[in-house]
Amino acid sequence: MSDPITQAGTPAPRPGDDKPRPGMSERSIGLLGDRKKARLDELARAGVDQGGVSLVRDAVRRLRRNPVAIVGAVIVGLFVLMAIFAPLIAPHDAVQRFDELTKNLTVDTIPGASGDFPLGSDPLGRDFLSRMIYGARQTLFVGVLATLIGLALGVLIGAIAGAFGGWVDVVLMRLTDVMLALPSLLLAITLVAMASRSSQWTVIFAVAIVSVPIFARLLRGSMLAQRESDHVLAARALGVKERNIVLRHMLPNSLTAVIVQATLTFAVAILDAAALSFLGLGDPDINRAEWGLMLGVDGQRYFEVRPELAYYPALAIIVVALGFTLLGEAMREAIDPKNRR
Amino acid sequence: MQARRLKTAVAIAAVAALAVGAAGCAESERDGDSGEAKTGGTFIFAGAGDPKNFDPIFNDDGESFRPVRQMFDTLVSHKPGTAELQGGLAESWEHDPDGKVWTFKLRQGVKFHDGTPFNAAAVCFNFDRWYNMKGAAAQSQMIYYMDTFGGFAKNEAEGAGESIYNKCEAKDDGTAVLTLNKYKGAFPGAFALTSLSIASPEALTKYDANTVKQNGDSFEYSAFATTNPVGTGPFTFGGWDKAKNEITLNRNPDYFGEKAKVDKMIIKVIKDESTRKQELRAGTVQGIDFPAPADRKALESEGFQVVNRPAFNILYLGINQKNPKLKDLRVRQAIAYALNRQQLVQTKGPGGAKVADEFMPDTVLGYAPDVQKYEYNPDKAKQLLKEAGAEGLTLNFYYPPDVSRPYMPNPQEIFTVLANDLQAVGIKVNGVPRPWNGGFKDDVQQFGKHDLHILGWTGDYNDPGNFVGTFFGRGKAEFGDQSMNEMFDAITKADATVDDAGKKAAWEQVNRDIAAKWLPAVPVWHAPPAIVVTKDVKGLVASPLTDERFNTVSVSK
Amino acid sequence: MLRVIVRRLLQLVVTLIALSALIFIWLRNLPGGPVEALLGERATPERRALLTKALGYDQPILVQYGKFMQRVVTGDFGNSIRTGDPVTEVISRAFPATIELALAAMIIAVGLGVPLGYLAARWRGRSLDNLTIAGTLLGISIPIFFLGYLLKDVFTQNIHWFPPSGRLTTGLDNTNVTGFFVLDGLLTREFDASADALWHLILPAITLATIPLAVIVRITRASVLDVLNEDYVRTAEAKGLRHRTIRGRHILRNALLPVVTTIGLQTGALLSGAVLTEKVYNWGGIGTLITDSISGGRDYPVLQAIILLAALIFVVVNLLVDLSYAFIDPRVRVR
Repeated sequence: MSDPITQAGTPAPRPGDDKPRPGMSERSIGLLGDRKKARLDELARAGVDQGGVSLVRDAVRRLRRNPVAIVGAVIVGLFVLMAIFAPLIAPHDAVQRFDELTKNLTVDTIPGASGDFPLGSDPLGRDFLSRMIYGARQTLFVGVLATLIGLALGVLIGAIAGAFGGWVDVVLMRLTDVMLALPSLLLAITLVAMASRSSQWTVIFAVAIVSVPIFARLLRGSMLAQRESDHVLAARALGVKERNIVLRHMLPNSLTAVIVQATLTFAVAILDAAALSFLGLGDPDINRAEWGLMLGVDGQRYFEVRPELAYYPALAIIVVALGFTLLGEAMREAIDPKNRR
Repeated sequence: MQARRLKTAVAIAAVAALAVGAAGCAESERDGDSGEAKTGGTFIFAGAGDPKNFDPIFNDDGESFRPVRQMFDTLVSHKPGTAELQGGLAESWEHDPDGKVWTFKLRQGVKFHDGTPFNAAAVCFNFDRWYNMKGAAAQSQMIYYMDTFGGFAKNEAEGAGESIYNKCEAKDDGTAVLTLNKYKGAFPGAFALTSLSIASPEALTKYDANTVKQNGDSFEYSAFATTNPVGTGPFTFGGWDKAKNEITLNRNPDYFGEKAKVDKMIIKVIKDESTRKQELRAGTVQGIDFPAPADRKALESEGFQVVNRPAFNILYLGINQKNPKLKDLRVRQAIAYALNRQQLVQTKGPGGAKVADEFMPDTVLGYAPDVQKYEYNPDKAKQLLKEAGAEGLTLNFYYPPDVSRPYMPNPQEIFTVLANDLQAVGIKVNGVPRPWNGGFKDDVQQFGKHDLHILGWTGDYNDPGNFVGTFFGRGKAEFGDQSMNEMFDAITKADATVDDAGKKAAWEQVNRDIAAKWLPAVPVWHAPPAIVVTKDVKGLVASPLTDERFNTVSVSK
Repeated sequence: MLRVIVRRLLQLVVTLIALSALIFIWLRNLPGGPVEALLGERATPERRALLTKALGYDQPILVQYGKFMQRVVTGDFGNSIRTGDPVTEVISRAFPATIELALAAMIIAVGLGVPLGYLAARWRGRSLDNLTIAGTLLGISIPIFFLGYLLKDVFTQNIHWFPPSGRLTTGLDNTNVTGFFVLDGLLTREFDASADALWHLILPAITLATIPLAVIVRITRASVLDVLNEDYVRTAEAKGLRHRTIRGRHILRNALLPVVTTIGLQTGALLSGAVLTEKVYNWGGIGTLITDSISGGRDYPVLQAIILLAALIFVVVNLLVDLSYAFIDPRVRVR
């Protein structure tokens, strides 16, 4: 559906600027999805412009003064807390069917709020409130894993490309170019269709793959920027092994930009997971309480019987996606050298 | 092409209605009500999927049959609203005591849409055409023919049996005599199969109907099947606008039966059930098929006519006896006792659904009123499991998450509820979702990878063999045990019984034994699919076989 | 310039061939498939075998692929498994529908987005700016299919302003010339058909426009802010040039550059969004085709053609954007 790197908040290439900029240079009239790449390269460089530690300290200081960041952080924090403590907060089990609820349940009536069940029933006679609360957990799970898998693969590809350069770099980057060129949801749909069996993992994986080229590009850019930087040159001069330079010096310094991107990716991941559910290509196990699944399947099917089944998961998804986007963008702004004066 | 607009069309239709009105009144009316309805206008009906093509013999699904049924007739037809047989293109039929020679007395004066006469020669032309069909591409698409006759003059499929079709003779214009090599319980019901509709021999020849071209990994059908289907039905083919998903059918003024009340019928394909409902509300269509079960009540309260078709289907929980634990009858019975089917019907059954005790609806010949019933009894289930030494059993339960069938509107929910019941008696259920067209049927029916699965069937004609025989008539990977010979033999014998009384008794015994002795699966429910029309639509008769002919339908406005 | 285009096209061909091989072989190794889809509940081992043979699936995969490529070279992508229509026909029928929808969405997004972004930047920090920012954030956080559902429910079921689905009123007799129904109506002077098509287009276009709209607003805003701080704008202001001149000559023109780029980039997002929007509104386009060909009937010939087509479109649009880029900014010269 949406793609973080083409989305809002992308600082525009500035016309009339004298410095050569990747989005504008002649070189850029190159291959697929150049603008995306340009953005990523810019972000990659931003992360390593200065030494790692002071940059982070700087950024955190700026973040603390930014109300947008605070709102984002609060939303994300609450969401994570709810996910972790779901069993303590939720009044009931998320998959248990209750006789009190099934008693009055038919295919066209779903019982509403009653004493023990403040949000009433779901379509199978389970406690809707508990499912919403447990939903935070599953949603976090899907989002985090999708992001992590995307990140891990992206980092692997990007690090290898960035560390070795040469033809390895060319081949790997050509691969990510092709992936960047495909519309993200279409890529995810294709992957799900191409999976031999559908499960929660196909969804996670499909959503993750979409972000792989983004992370790879980002990391590679950042590594390349560091290859010639002072601290790497110094380390090399001191005879530190190449492997250690990559692992101890280059990788950690690149991570700031990657974390920012991961935060933004998370929002997209849960939106894409919901979209897949809506298309009937999502997680097939409706026992699992996950917001995207609840919205895409039950919310759609019982929209007229009980619209709350759609409204609440939708609201939850919107708020959480918003939270991560706000936080991510605030972080991006904070590490942007442009704002560091 | 210009200025022929909807409104103009309606206006013209209204004028035409006055003119045709007199003729319409002269027709024998089935009920008094529809006689008052004006004729003319357009009836727009929303179907749920694209038809494949319009050659009856190459089709086997309801979405293709819907238009085909308006354009073609069968030798034998169904009494409207039932699965009982009545005369169609044949006014009457009889068979010899062995059930091998069938003589059809044909209706006289019937004409195909292209003006050629319908007669015994035409009937035999069709039978011969089917029997002599050549090529793997064509033969592989003739599912119902294969079901009924078992083979071709020259089989493309390896291992396909000999055809039971022998010959068809036109004794005179009005008498066709069909000779079979062997009797089969499917007759005469199978003669009412939409696939076996009679098409115009001239058009079949002219439009090269027998050519099914294989192009890469797909088929290309003839002009007859795609643009020039010619039958005897109440509507003629108007066209299929694929950009707009509309199939247009025009009234056949020369129809031999009750002529269509509307001038035009449009079948609009809308795949999403909730969109069909919304279009109905918006007034852009006058009828929809297969509303979501959850929407039926709301639609009814808004004044739409929600017509439940009498349930002619079955949903069952299949048990694969390849798993040695499941070979024990007690374990299978425990599964049956564990399922709270009554609650499933109440909470998730579409309106009018009923718990099933047998694998066919009670309107089918041979339904036994006294089979062993498995009322919900979790204690008994636990006890049986204990006796069988199968406590702590873990079963792989296969289900298709992505499909909606008339007998199974929402498999995800049905699975979740059934699995929940099984867990409650201590059976561990490992749910295995497989896409309907992405491995579910292959895994279940071909490879038998599952322990349990849900699947069902909608009947084609009123014959127990079409239900029970299809499921349990021979060894199948679906139920695992290839050696339940006692069951296979009993079914083969019942199917070969020609006289009605003997047939009834034999099938009743089969049903009793299935429930008590064999239990290869657990019947879950019969769920009536619905059809919804606006208040203005009159004369619709819903068929248990989804065999609706829309010639009786009128739209008042 | 020509050489670049030729080189790009060559790269494109190589990529597509590799992609086609991958997709072809992969799809045919999946469980299930057309045989299963065509047979439904009525599958028996004999029928499976016969149909597998009839469809040619019993041959080695490389032979199948070879035959496929042989036909592709002649422009024949096979036939839809469901209806037997040539794939090229199926796609060319669905294609105008998606383009029409995407174009309408883009018109809304650009038409609303650029002015809004500009105004937000002019009045930076004011309530209009804040509102716009909040709106765009919401726009990218809301699941687009849910928005579609809401709009549809409100505007077609509660108040009947718009039709719930489809591209034309059923039974309307129009003449199909290009497949773009709005345009067709104008061409054939069937103006009521045009109006009807437009009326059907509005809700889906609004739904699909949300994300690009949000993105365009933000890009425009950021870009205008950047330009506003540039020296030449300040100089112009200091010189006492009229505001309108500054706006037209300096700000908008320079700020437009990144916006044009973004529009190109949004094609991908639009295609993704179209899949969802088309499903919500039963819009017979490429999006519907792709979901149908997956879950509906495993229509592999259609599916693989669409995937290739999607890749093709994206690359071509990118190329076009690069070229237009060169026209707007004289400093960029395509080599």
